[in-house]
Amino acid sequence: MNHEFEIVVIGAGPAGIAAAVSAAEHDMRVALVDDNPSAGGQIWRTNQGESNQDHSHGSTAAEWRNRLRNANITSLHGWSVFDQIAPRALCAESRGEMAEIRFDKLILATGARERFLPFPGWTLPGVIGVGALQAMVKTGLPIRDARVVIAGSGPLLLAIASALQSAGARVICICEQASVTRLAPFALSLAAFPGKIAEGLRYKVATRRTPYHTSSWPIRATGTDRLQEVTLSIGGKHRTIPCDYLACGFHLVPNVELPALLGCTLADGAVLIDEWQCTSIQDVYCAGEPTGISGLELSLIEGQIAGLAAALHEEKARSLFTQRRKYRGFARRLAAAFALRPELKTLPEESTLLCRCEDVPYGAVRRHHSWRSAKLQTRCGMGPCQGRVCGSAAEFLLGWTADYTRPPIFPVAVSSLACLQSDRNANIEHTHAI
Amino acid sequence: MPEGLHNRVEITVNGEPLTIDAGSTVAVAIAISGAACRSSVSGEKRGPLCAMGICFECRAMVNGIPHTRTCQLLCEHSMEICTT
Repeated sequence: MNHEFEIVVIGAGPAGIAAAVSAAEHDMRVALVDDNPSAGGQIWRTNQGESNQDHSHGSTAAEWRNRLRNANITSLHGWSVFDQIAPRALCAESRGEMAEIRFDKLILATGARERFLPFPGWTLPGVIGVGALQAMVKTGLPIRDARVVIAGSGPLLLAIASALQSAGARVICICEQASVTRLAPFALSLAAFPGKIAEGLRYKVATRRTPYHTSSWPIRATGTDRLQEVTLSIGGKHRTIPCDYLACGFHLVPNVELPALLGCTLADGAVLIDEWQCTSIQDVYCAGEPTGISGLELSLIEGQIAGLAAALHEEKARSLFTQRRKYRGFARRLAAAFALRPELKTLPEESTLLCRCEDVPYGAVRRHHSWRSAKLQTRCGMGPCQGRVCGSAAEFLLGWTADYTRPPIFPVAVSSLACLQSDRNANIEHTHAI
Repeated sequence: MPEGLHNRVEITVNGEPLTIDAGSTVAVAIAISGAACRSSVSGEKRGPLCAMGICFECRAMVNGIPHTRTCQLLCEHSMEICTT
């Protein structure tokens, strides 16, 4: 299967939707590619088959979904992009089938994932990401009367506590690792963002009977083949709580594997962009969380700027620069407020697994001096997740960064790779000509 | 309950029949069955961690295809799911 488009957008979350819609509304031939079964990304995830008039995510989501529906966009759902086969050609796989997607311009809106940190027992079933538990509930997991402890860091904790409670879960407590002295200035700075205050108050009212502990984090999860209880450090005191789920995530990290594979310059784990959202590679743009964790509003603004710039409507794009500057200020304050505290580095014991794919204990990894050395000697980060989980943890725990990204960026069927190899051979002459 | 979840599909998890709302992911079906998704290389039971296709902890055999990520895959009629 082969596809050719003027603009290809990777990622159908808010940034990708805004980019695709903005470009398509200016008569560009656009494709929107995403590995999920439907558009919306993680934040606007809906149940499959849910009403198109869904308003559960508010009017902003409804408005963008509407524009997406009315725009002339080819949506490729369920497709994972795993390599660049030649300049301006990506390959993607969906359930064993392979497609080549050619583009004149590319917009990367690959979103973010939760940062997971190891502590004893974190591999037990029932210990799950915060956004992950919400995603499972949205796709059918029964949660009514389940006992849930929410822990980690970031604004997501409160938002998802509120959503889970609405779905009937018994949220026992919320443990935020950041201290109140870090959170208070952030809360005050929200005065410039009335929408954010209203959102925060809504969550607080919904969870008013649930304790929100600052300077608190999980230190151990226990159970036989499944989580039974969690021990938390709450303001310096240990407390053990029986629960069905420990939803735990330490804020977010940008998904930069595809930008890195394409050769985009990164800085501090995020993709570097110019004022038009263009990366260090000509005609490759980036928008939303991969340029730095910043939330929904900035993702929508950056997506629009990228889409308009790629469609050569620069003046329209420029009209969004002021708003972008404002929300980048918000992003900086967000990062400062939810910065991870050093105590979290002491949570894993020598025997606690760091790499969940290859079952490599933290003690074996920390003896090495670099991520590359640890990978080669221990197989840490060499499993199917390719270090997406343990790499982000090692970055925080040991200060290491991944030094290279190799294709395929997702494990794919051997048949797809074989097919790719024959295409690549056919492309060698073409590649050298450029 | 949102519209669309009223349709049910019949599947099996480890040979046991399960009727589940259409729109549910295979990872959810496995959770409802009470099974873990996979055994790790050292034999630990594992379930979903990220639920967004990143961590690969939710891998299971689906219709004979091993190592399928189940968190991004929706249940379909007659699907056969096997955990390890």
